[in-house]
Amino acid sequence: MLKTRVIPVLLLKDGAINKPVQFRRARTVANPMAIVRVFETRQVDELVLLDIGCAEFGEAVNADLVRSLADELSVPFAVGGGIRSLATMVDLIKNGAEKVVINTAAFENPEIIAEAAAVLGRQCIVVSIDAARRPDGGFEVFTHNGKQATGVDPAKWAKQASAMGAGEILLTSIDQDGTMEGFDLQLVQSVTAATSVPVIACGGAGSLDDFVHVVRQGRASAVAAGSIFHFRRTTPNMVKEALRNAGVPVRASYVRGT
Amino acid sequence: MPGIVIIDYGFGNVRSVQRVFARIGREATASADPAAIANADLAVLPGVGAFKDAIAALRSTGMDVALTRRAATKRPILGICLGMQLLASRSLEDGVHQGLDLIPGAVEPIPAAQHGLRLPHIGWNEVLDEGADAIFSGLELNRDFYFVHSYHFVCADSRHVAAKCSYGIDFCCAVRNDNIFGLQFHPEKSQDNGRAVLTNILRIVEHNATATA
Repeated sequence: MLKTRVIPVLLLKDGAINKPVQFRRARTVANPMAIVRVFETRQVDELVLLDIGCAEFGEAVNADLVRSLADELSVPFAVGGGIRSLATMVDLIKNGAEKVVINTAAFENPEIIAEAAAVLGRQCIVVSIDAARRPDGGFEVFTHNGKQATGVDPAKWAKQASAMGAGEILLTSIDQDGTMEGFDLQLVQSVTAATSVPVIACGGAGSLDDFVHVVRQGRASAVAAGSIFHFRRTTPNMVKEALRNAGVPVRASYVRGT
Repeated sequence: MPGIVIIDYGFGNVRSVQRVFARIGREATASADPAAIANADLAVLPGVGAFKDAIAALRSTGMDVALTRRAATKRPILGICLGMQLLASRSLEDGVHQGLDLIPGAVEPIPAAQHGLRLPHIGWNEVLDEGADAIFSGLELNRDFYFVHSYHFVCADSRHVAAKCSYGIDFCCAVRNDNIFGLQFHPEKSQDNGRAVLTNILRIVEHNATATA
C-alpha cells in the first residue's frame, strides 16, 4: 500500500535555512548541510528545499549548493526558488534534484509546465501554489513569494496545472504558514477535490493531530511542514507514528526515538 | 576490470545512481560510449522522462545495439524506472513504441482512476513478499521503496515477474530474465532497502560471472 509521506520543507535565504511566519519576519534556523544530514539520518520520506531569497534578484536556487546537498541524500529531493526556465530545471535535475518546484513562472506561463514535463517527465515537475483566504470567502492564489494577488482560485489553477503536466501540487496556506495553528483544511479539500495528481499539503502544522486531520479530511497525499520541525521537539518520525496510530499507512523507520 | 557502467544518454539521474554504488563501496562510471557499455561487467540503464524520447536516444547513439548484444551473450543489465520499462517489447505511453524487447511484455498505464487513486504513483510503497525474487532478500524493518511512475510493466511470461507491488492493482515492480534485471522503483532513492537490493544484484551477477568463468 502506498504510504503517506511526511516531508520537511527547508526555506533558504542568503545561504541559511530560514523560517518566516505568514511569509514574513524570517528567523534563521540552521545551515543547510547540517540540517540535510540530520534528515537523511532520520530517514525522512522526502525533502523539499525552496530558496525564498534568490527570486527577488531574478536568480534561481544555486545548482552547486543543490549538488552538494543532493550528494548527502538517498531520499528524493525537490528544489525550487526563482526557477524561470527549462534550462535551469534541467541543470538542477542533473545536479541531483529529483524534482523541481515552480511557482510564479508556472502561473505566468503555464506552457512551461508542458515543456518541462515533455523533457523531464511529469513526475519531476512540482507546481507550488501559495494561497490565502479572501475577505469574501473562497481562496486566492498569490505569486512572487506571497506578495502578488492574482484573483485566481487555487483549485482552478491546480486543475489547470495538472492538466498541463504537473506531477504533483505543493499547496501552501499563506494564512497558516508559520503559525503552527493547523492546516487550512478547506483549502486542501478544495484542491484535492479538483485534481487527480498527488497534493502535498503545507502551512500551519503545529500538532501531531493537525497532520492526521489534513490527511483524513483534506485527503492530502503527503504532508509538509517547516516550523514544527525547527521550533518544536517534533520530528518527522513522531508525525509518522501519530499517522500510523490513526490508521494512516506510513513508511516504517529504522531509527528509534528520533 | 571494466566494472559497473551507467549508461549516460541524457535520461536519468546518473549522478544519484553513481552515488548509491559508491555508498555500497562500488565504483560506477558513467559512459555514453557503446563499446564501454558492451564491455562492462554490469550495464546500468537509468531513466526518467518519456519512453519514446528515451528509446530514440538509445537508438541514435547505438546503445540499443550494445544492450541487445549484451543480452544475447547473457551479460548482466540493470534497468531502473524508465530504464526497466525500456527493456520491454513495447510501450503504450503516448502512442505505441517499440522497446529493447529484452524481456517480453508491454508497458501500460496504471488503471488508477477506476480505483479512485491518484497518478503518478508517487511515494514509498512496499514490495509484496509473495513470490519475490532473491534480490529482495535481507530487508529488515520494512519492504518500502520509492516509486514515481504512471505506467507499469506487464510481463508476457509470468516467470519474469521478480516482484509485485500494490496500487489499485498488483503490478510488476521488478523483472528478471536470468541476468537481466529491472526495478520500477528508485533504489538510489530508497535508502537502506535500495542499497540492499543493489548489493543482492551485484552478488548474483558476480556469482554467475565466477560460475561461467
